[in-house]
Amino acid sequence: MGDYIIEVNNLAKKFDDLVAVDHINLQVAPGELFGFLGPNGAGKTTTINILCTLSKPTSGQAIVNGFDVVRQQSQVRQSIGLVFQDPSLDERLSGLQNLRFHAMVYNVPASIREKRIEEVLKIMELWDKRHHDVRTYSGGMKRRLELARGLLHYPKVLFLDEPTIGLDPQTRNRLWEYILELKQREGTTIFLTTHYMDEADKADRIAVMDYGKIVAMDTPERLKRKVGMDVITVKTDDNTKAAAEIETSYQTEVRRDNDELVFAVEHGEKFLPKFIKEFGTKILSVSLRRPSLDDVFLKLTGREIREEEVSDTFKAMVRQRGRHMRR
Amino acid sequence: MNNLRGIYTIWYRDILRFWHDRIRLVGAIFLPLLFLFVFGSGFGGMMGNVGSGVNFAQFIFPGIIGMTVLMSSFMAGVSVVWDREFGFLKEVLVAPINRASVAMGKTLGAATVAMIQGAIIMLFAPLIGVAFTASTAAAMLPLMFLLAITMGAFGVLLATRIRSMEAFQVVTQMLMFPMVFLSGVFVPLDKAPAWLSTLTKINPATYGITSIRQIALGETSGTTFGVSLFGKTLSLWNNAGILAAIGAVMILLAMWSFRNQE
Ligand SMILES: Nc1ncnc2c1ncn2[C@@H]1O[C@H](COP(=O)(O)OP(=O)(O)OP(=O)(O)O)[C@@H](O)[C@H]1O
Ligand SMILES: [Mg+2]
Repeated sequence: MGDYIIEVNNLAKKFDDLVAVDHINLQVAPGELFGFLGPNGAGKTTTINILCTLSKPTSGQAIVNGFDVVRQQSQVRQSIGLVFQDPSLDERLSGLQNLRFHAMVYNVPASIREKRIEEVLKIMELWDKRHHDVRTYSGGMKRRLELARGLLHYPKVLFLDEPTIGLDPQTRNRLWEYILELKQREGTTIFLTTHYMDEADKADRIAVMDYGKIVAMDTPERLKRKVGMDVITVKTDDNTKAAAEIETSYQTEVRRDNDELVFAVEHGEKFLPKFIKEFGTKILSVSLRRPSLDDVFLKLTGREIREEEVSDTFKAMVRQRGRHMRR
Repeated sequence: MNNLRGIYTIWYRDILRFWHDRIRLVGAIFLPLLFLFVFGSGFGGMMGNVGSGVNFAQFIFPGIIGMTVLMSSFMAGVSVVWDREFGFLKEVLVAPINRASVAMGKTLGAATVAMIQGAIIMLFAPLIGVAFTASTAAAMLPLMFLLAITMGAFGVLLATRIRSMEAFQVVTQMLMFPMVFLSGVFVPLDKAPAWLSTLTKINPATYGITSIRQIALGETSGTTFGVSLFGKTLSLWNNAGILAAIGAVMILLAMWSFRNQE
């Protein structure tokens, strides 16, 4: 066995004729914060379900904390904690009762049980609501309770399946502080799926999944560098002339977006001063954008993640890139 | 140790939920009480003695107690289906507790609630003119519990295999009413025609209802209202033994099935 806390070899899961997880390989080192990205339906949750013993793989092997997820289920369950994507609370019980149940099944020692419960409830700001039935909680409060529960026992590996959906920004920030602290202090390995690229940026390493396959796996920095090009957006008083000038001078494709021109260059920070100095048409405004994880994601998967998070300019760029890729 | 903790935790949650919704008790004991008053003290008077100096109220009373326990414990499996539908089952299934313990905890939870309901019905004895000594009542409890465990495990077994709430309800109703009617709750089985008699003998509830009644009436040899199997009249101990054997099989099946579900 290697030095990895999660090892996945040629893992596949079929639902009838749909291959939800298509022979994937991945390794996660102890203490790593591992981001697992992919468009809706890519197979992320299915993978997590296999890793946490809820579902059996069709073929292949997965090892968590040194234990096989099919043959050593109870040891795997001992090693992990989970926050599910879908609701999994007992709505008929109070928040406190939900947490006590969890503490009991996970054998959190009675001496520290109440203290831990208080701690996580306060982090998630549910302390005042602890005696209320969960069914009376708001959507975000239910989510917070799920998170509080996931943080209650200190597992070796913590799976977080889109932990921050439906959370307000304050709670998201607080949760992230706590997640990073947990990683620091307890050395917890965190396996995270998210559709928020700012969260994915916090990961040590990222895997991008699409149609059941892993299409890239690296650090966020290196992934961004691989996408390469910086994007320049410029507004001039004569866009037609400017577009022609850019195309001839810099041999790059220019796209019009409303009253702006968009084009891609390498090393944008060096390009920009030169460009402003030399350019023949009057520039009204100019901006530079380095590649982000969004770009990485979109380039790799060719699909959009979240409409509302992606500006129009950017969507157009994607379409363009998508075409490039397909050619 | 670990397994005990698992059983206890699962059981505890079910009890907590029961206590939380204790108002539902009223609904659960309404039907048995209705039967008791209508058949026991109402029409019962018209029927005179059912046999051996036992009047109809005395006859039907232990049957209704058994029926209450049976229905309640059997239906309790719905909570597994419910938990699956609302996602809570995932929390249970990934927890580091043995799944067999979960099945056991669920069965015990179902049985406990059923016992509480059965015990409440017992308290109505004086009202319909059936007299029990405290020791008779106490002696009935273990048999009620055995029946509750058997039916509770049966319900859990079905719930691990039936995914939808509607389907579970349909299946349990279709099984439950025949089990109740063919177990001798309302009529003595010893006078049943042969074909019906066969059905009553393959009905697990028969042995529960019969043994509870045998204790209640202090008639433990089986000569009145008893069941005979392969030409042998079953005594109280025979009935209890058969019930225990069926119960053990049901629990093992429930545990196995719980362990092997996705
Ligand atoms: N129990 C199931 N039966 C049949 N198909 C399933 C089942 N569970 C998932 N799938 C299918 O498998 C594919 C992967 O689903 P999965 O839930 O893993 O996606 P995901 O990457 O988690 O997506 P999202 O970002 O929307 O959460 C989807 O096409 C889905 O419809
Ligand atoms: Mg998912």
